[in-house]
Amino acid sequence: MNSAITTRAAVLGTGQTEHRTRRTDVSMAGLCREAIDRALADAGIEWSDVDAVVLGKAPDLFEGVMMPELFLADALGATGRPLLRVHTAGSVGGSTAIVASQLVQAGVHRRVLAVAFEKQSESNAMWALSIQPPFTMPVGAGAGGYFAPHIRSYIRRSGAPPHVGAMVAVKDRRNGALNPHAHLRQPGITLESVNASPMLWDPIRYDETCPSSDGACAIVIGDEAAAEASDRQVAWIHATAMRTEPTYFAGKDHVNPRAGYEAARALWRAAGITDPLEQIDAAEIYVPFSWFEPMWLENLGFAAPGEGWKLTEAGETGIGGALPVNPSGGVMCSNPIGASGLLRFAEAAMQVMGRAGEHQVEGARTALGHAYGGGSQFFAMWVVGTAPV
Amino acid sequence: MTEVAVIGFAQSPCLPSAGTTSGVETLVPVFQEVLAATGLAKQDIDFWCSGSSDYLAGRAFSFVNAVDAIGAYPPVAESHVEMDAAWALYEAYVKLLTGEARTALVYGFGKSSAGQLRRVLALQLDPYLHAPLWPDSVSIAALQARAGLDAGRYTERDMARVAARSRTAALSNPKAQVSGSDTADDLLAAPYVADPLRAHDCAPVGDGAAAVVLAAGDEARRLRARPAWITGFAHNVDSPALGVRDLTTVPSATAAAAAAGLRGGDLDAVELHAPFSHQELLLAAALGLGDRASVNPSGGVLCGNPMFSAGLSRIGLAAKLVMSGRADRVAGHATSGPALQQNLVCVMEGS
Repeated sequence: MNSAITTRAAVLGTGQTEHRTRRTDVSMAGLCREAIDRALADAGIEWSDVDAVVLGKAPDLFEGVMMPELFLADALGATGRPLLRVHTAGSVGGSTAIVASQLVQAGVHRRVLAVAFEKQSESNAMWALSIQPPFTMPVGAGAGGYFAPHIRSYIRRSGAPPHVGAMVAVKDRRNGALNPHAHLRQPGITLESVNASPMLWDPIRYDETCPSSDGACAIVIGDEAAAEASDRQVAWIHATAMRTEPTYFAGKDHVNPRAGYEAARALWRAAGITDPLEQIDAAEIYVPFSWFEPMWLENLGFAAPGEGWKLTEAGETGIGGALPVNPSGGVMCSNPIGASGLLRFAEAAMQVMGRAGEHQVEGARTALGHAYGGGSQFFAMWVVGTAPV
Repeated sequence: MTEVAVIGFAQSPCLPSAGTTSGVETLVPVFQEVLAATGLAKQDIDFWCSGSSDYLAGRAFSFVNAVDAIGAYPPVAESHVEMDAAWALYEAYVKLLTGEARTALVYGFGKSSAGQLRRVLALQLDPYLHAPLWPDSVSIAALQARAGLDAGRYTERDMARVAARSRTAALSNPKAQVSGSDTADDLLAAPYVADPLRAHDCAPVGDGAAAVVLAAGDEARRLRARPAWITGFAHNVDSPALGVRDLTTVPSATAAAAAAGLRGGDLDAVELHAPFSHQELLLAAALGLGDRASVNPSGGVLCGNPMFSAGLSRIGLAAKLVMSGRADRVAGHATSGPALQQNLVCVMEGS
């Protein structure tokens, strides 16, 4: 609990697009607007109720527009209002929600619109991620090539059996089949089909990898008065946390990064949570490659180091388990990079608002939204709940 | 309500080329200077926030390396805006208002010399309709300058006077990239680079970095005899559609000034982020500046405009006037986007 915060804040409404490989039916403005219009409708508010706009997205090179919030100002409804543009790598969607929530908590604004998007089909993410400055060792293998050694290290350290990664893929893709917005919806996926898919970056198979998506997400965050004026359930923001560490340094632990560990401890402390596994009812965790589920379960403190895979293997992270993880299907089913973090935060809010539809976790009252980015070095997370704290 | 003040500022020299490969080498001495001036160590900083641009650096995630300048281990609470760092200062200010942090270090950096800035900035335009025509930033500013001339808002001589005054002021600013004692008449003899803009009407292209330290309440009082208390801080944005805007007015600057309680006639000094001479004249009108305020005593960005830290530096330079006792009530302004699309105003007072 952070007594210094002046005003409580809550998510009043959320909206997201239909995430697809190529949304050629809409421009960037149209993509954002699809999510925004749904968020405003879900929150039951009008444009005149919005005091400020915060836009988040990952590198501008993904669409080929420098600071696209400038040309999108009209479409974002930001013209004549304050407009902030956040960029904290893959964690940016989470950071965007946190910056928006602080504008409310600080008493600066009553209602803030947070929007995040990525229209990856406008450019080529592999190209955008491959431009290296001088004197920097190129990875040359995309995100999967960068993260695969960390996963191998996790498997070696934890002794996790090799099928755990495939189990996460099956769970997430089947969850995604319950989510009408999901890019990949595969109700028929099995352990056998995952294990039969091509190996991309050992031990990451094709079916254990997130897709590349066009998509956007928007949420409306309001102060206490705005939340009380809402005739629908809101998601109260119990706590937020962000932490950063460098990409490379002696002693860096890519399997259990200290920045994520410390962000989680600060988050639980601020939210008054002493036993996350017991007290969190649903978690939307940034899992771009299936093996990151058990890794992040440990980093977040849901399981002791080396034990996270046991929760996954026992089926406890499925809907109906002790800790449903990514009931929406998560990043494994939809990955508009800049929006992926905000989708996690929004899906956590949807769970405690009781508006998650077919992927609703029964009786969810407290939920975690989590995002990370860069070389496992930027972390953003929040806890939301049905009741204010 | 938490009180927040600027308690420290440092900037690198504005150079045509910083001669370095990343922001890290430029930032390290700036951090050392600003921390030494405030008596703080990096562990004393509760929140870090920066502003920079991937497009300026020509690569994705350019701010990631800059974290190395912090030495961010143990991990730090940190955020980044893809904007001038003046907006990072705003994010940090809000963080301090929530009470989650008592101190913040905000930094901006950019290496304009890595590419052709005026063409790079064309990529800020609507990618479907405008950017494919490559209208560069100087040409767009020239269209705005011409619109102002045609509307009778100012003359070319007024523009030259702004440049002459700025260059003279910069003679006493060791960080400036450009300075000179030329008169307006001297300057008017120069050829156009983009009619009606002459070279002196345009900010020089250069590299640099800057940092500002914020502190809340008693922390600020403890660390600085005379903190520059932020009494108003706001920003706003106009439509990107150049054909829809009246380019001779700056409604987003006027709105930000009103929200920040600027009272332009009641300022001792103001640092304006006006990368073109006519933009200072448009901003002075939009902000309702009176005759009393000293405008751009540093020489302004016409004498040094390191992208993504120049706006932050305007606030830092204005704050320095208060911290040193040379002024009681000041303001810093920052702009972003084509033809003054987005504007920010920070008002600071001595006590």
